[in-house]
This record gives sequence, structure tokens and C-alpha cells, in this order.
Amino acid sequence: MGASAIAQGLFRETPEPTLIGGRNRDTGRIVFPCPDDAARWEPIDLPRRGTLWSWTVQRFRPKSPPYIGPEAFTPFAIGYVELPGATIVETQIVGADFDSLTIGMAMDLVTTDFAIATNGDAIRLYAFTPATEA
Amino acid sequence: MQDVYIVGIGIHPFGRSEGLSGLQQGANAARAAMADAGLEWPDMEFGFGGSDSAGNADTIVNELGLTGLPFINVKNGCATGGSALIGSWQAIASGAHDVGIAIGFDKHPRGAFNAMPAEYSLPEWYGEAGFMVTTQFFAMKLQRYMALHGISPTSLGRVAEKAFRNAVHADHAWRRAPVDLDTILNAPMISDPLTKYMFCSPAEGGVALVLASAKKARELGRDKVRIKAAVIRTRPPGSFEVFAPSMDIERGGAPTLLASKAAYEMAGIGPEDIDLAQLQDTESGAEIMHMAENGFCADGDQEEWLANGWTNIDGRLPVNTDGGCLACGEPIGASGLRQVYENALQLRGLGGGRQVPGDPRTAYSHVYGAPGISGVTILER
Repeated sequence: MGASAIAQGLFRETPEPTLIGGRNRDTGRIVFPCPDDAARWEPIDLPRRGTLWSWTVQRFRPKSPPYIGPEAFTPFAIGYVELPGATIVETQIVGADFDSLTIGMAMDLVTTDFAIATNGDAIRLYAFTPATEA
Repeated sequence: MQDVYIVGIGIHPFGRSEGLSGLQQGANAARAAMADAGLEWPDMEFGFGGSDSAGNADTIVNELGLTGLPFINVKNGCATGGSALIGSWQAIASGAHDVGIAIGFDKHPRGAFNAMPAEYSLPEWYGEAGFMVTTQFFAMKLQRYMALHGISPTSLGRVAEKAFRNAVHADHAWRRAPVDLDTILNAPMISDPLTKYMFCSPAEGGVALVLASAKKARELGRDKVRIKAAVIRTRPPGSFEVFAPSMDIERGGAPTLLASKAAYEMAGIGPEDIDLAQLQDTESGAEIMHMAENGFCADGDQEEWLANGWTNIDGRLPVNTDGGCLACGEPIGASGLRQVYENALQLRGLGGGRQVPGDPRTAYSHVYGAPGISGVTILER
């Protein structure tokens, strides 16, 4: 079975995962995701490492629709990660004990296969995980 | 601009009303408000009203009478009721009308609110990934606020404990049994750092307010509670709001800061002049953060305030005297008007077991909602 990104234009997977933000051509303001308006927004690569701005744990299963995660729900962490010089992005957090999450900790971008499509393919989403190396 | 008075108030109890539509609950509230004012539906020169999930408010004429009055539907998220009030206030303040009604009602299914990305101009993946959950926002805003300003989980519990204690005396409230602090703090976590007693629930209910000019209010013998300020503001740059895939590193203001400042200016008074307040308490941390955003204390001082009971009914600034959203639940279209209902009741001295002592003269209400909208009213007796 394969895997496909949850949406086009959010992130690239090679050579390493990279979020695609948008920079306003007039003001320089950077947002995520890149708005679908090429006249005003230019796609840019966002930094892959940032710091945890805030977090919580989603402890009940979000309603479907719109949520497409597994029916057998396990709580997951979400947060905002500040990407230096760019923007603060909302993200799922993977590979972390909930008790270990601390505002200001270093976080790296990864991808996670968080759901299964009806054709059996994994649905891939960007996520952040606590940084393990300097 | 001429002065505008609240001459009639009515509420259909919040919570669950099996067998009644949201609109019917709104109609019940309207009948109660008109009876309170000594008026009838044909006396209403106009109406403003809305719901989030219970249909178009103008169909309420089927319930109340086909008088041909102009009725304007309002749909403005959590500020729907407050927006109906502002429309009504303007209609009278401008001199165009002498008396009219603002109505808010709602009826939501059980469980968390279920927003869809397209309603907020967001891409589908945002909801598919599990981000379309309002509780996450409140938890994350609070988590950071607690870290920056030294707010303890115990303070979160104290807010909820106060809400349920106050609601014992509010016959329109939904959850009217006291809950002790330990139970609140040790309840299952819903979205860290908030336990299940610290969140309000979507609910049902209706509220209506009859507004009148000074001349009409005097005729009715109801020239007691005056609207000193009624404002709504959307978000400024750099604010942190519900359903934001990203936000600017340069942090900015908040819609509540704008609405609060404008309301104080309109009323010509400051936070130190307010005798009681209803503050949006979608969760207990929201009440804490909104105490500061509305100017009642500095960031971090809430620890001392709550430890000393200063927001209790008999405290220096009673907050959420009817138990707020935590105890009343949140029918979105009605919630902001409930706050004004409660304030008008308090200023008239009719609060019963929850009456604020000392003959209060000024009352403040504040509502906040997605995607970054805030409404403030100030009433004066």
C-alpha cells in the first residue's frame, strides 16, 4: 500500500520534509499554508526546526466529518511551533510523552501517516516531534 | 444619539428543552420580555435576532404574530446576540424608532461544536487533520498564558467552583448543583490543562430584550436600566484566534482589547467604575484571561483575586453571577444576551439568592467567539 499527502502544496517530502509557506509579495508577511493566490503570495520553504509555542492534548475523538483519523481513537498532542523568522504553525505533535511537552522546547518537522484512505493508502500529514540532536 | 433603555427582559431556561425548537424557545423569551415591559408584539416597531444552528430568526413572526414589522436576521457567531442588541440599540439611539426587540436563541446537538472548514474559509485538510475543534484553541491560549503569567490549575478550578455555586440561585441556569474544588481538579482531562468541569457545553435556550427610547421608557415606568455602551470589534493584526493554521511571530492585540477600550470610551467610565461583570467563560481559563483583557486586573494578578474570592458574589467585582457559560451552557445565539439579561436583572435588584449586594449601578458584559470577534456592553442604572 502506498501513502499520499493529505493535500497538495502543504509540504514536500524530499530530500527532507519541508513545509511550504506563503510570503506576501507586498508586505513580506509569512503565513502557512500558502494561500491559493499567486499574484499576492509566493511559496517559500519554512524552517524545519522551531520551538514549541503552546500545546494541548486532544483527548476525545473529533467529530467526523471533518476528522478522518482512525475510528479507534487514541489521544494525540497538538501545538503551535514557532519557526524562527517565519511564522507560528499549528501542528500535530508525534513521538512525545504528553508529560514531557514544555513551551520553548526544540521541535523538528516530520511526517506522520495518521489516517487510512478508503483505497487502503496511508494519508500523510506533517507533524512536529521533539528535537533529538543539536 | 438618544439614550436607550432596557425596558423588558425575558429568558427561556438554558440547558435542554426536549420537544421545543430553538425558535420556540426564542419566542418564549420574547413573550416573557414583552410581558415584563408591559407591551405586546404589535407594539414592537422592529426586531433583530439570530441563532447559529436553529434557523432564521425572522420566522419567529409565525410564532408571535404577522404584524409586518421589519425584522433583521443576525448571524455573527458567538456575538450573534450581542450584534442583535447593537442593531436594536442603533435603531433607537438614531431616533428612527422608539421601541423594539432583540432576540437570540439556539439549539445545538450534544457533544462539542462541529465546525466545518469551509464555514471559516479554511481548506478541507485542516478539519480532516483534527484541528477543527474549538476546545483546542482555548486550551492552547490558556496553556501559554499560564506559563507566561504564573496561573495555577487551582485557579482554573476556583473559577468553575464559583460558577456552579452561583448557578444554584439562577433558575435559568442548566447545571445548578455545586461541585467541589477537588472534584473539578481531579475530573478527566478534556484538553490539557482543562478538565471536564472547566468547559462549558453547547446547549439550548433563548433570551429577549425589549429596548426603548427615554421617552417611551418613562411612559412605561421602566426608565431604570440604560445602555451606556454597546460595541463589537473584530480582531487586530497579531491576535491568536480560533481555527488559525498559522499566526504571526510578532504578537499583537486581541478583539476583546479593542471592544473593551471602545466600550469604556463610549460609556465615559473605566474598569474601576464597574460593579459587576459577565465575562465570556467558554472554559474557566477564558474567564481568567478575560479579567485582564477587559481591564479589571493585570496579567497574573488573577491568582490573588481568585484565592481571595474577589470575583465572588460578595467580592469586589462579582463575575458571572448566574454561573456564566460554565453553568448555563452555550446556546451560541442566546449566550451574549443572557449576560445582558443577568446584568439588567442585577441592576434592578432582582437577583434573589445571587443578588450582588451594595445596590450595584454599573454592569459589564463581554462575549468572545470564533473567528476573533468580541462584543462588550455596559449598563448603568
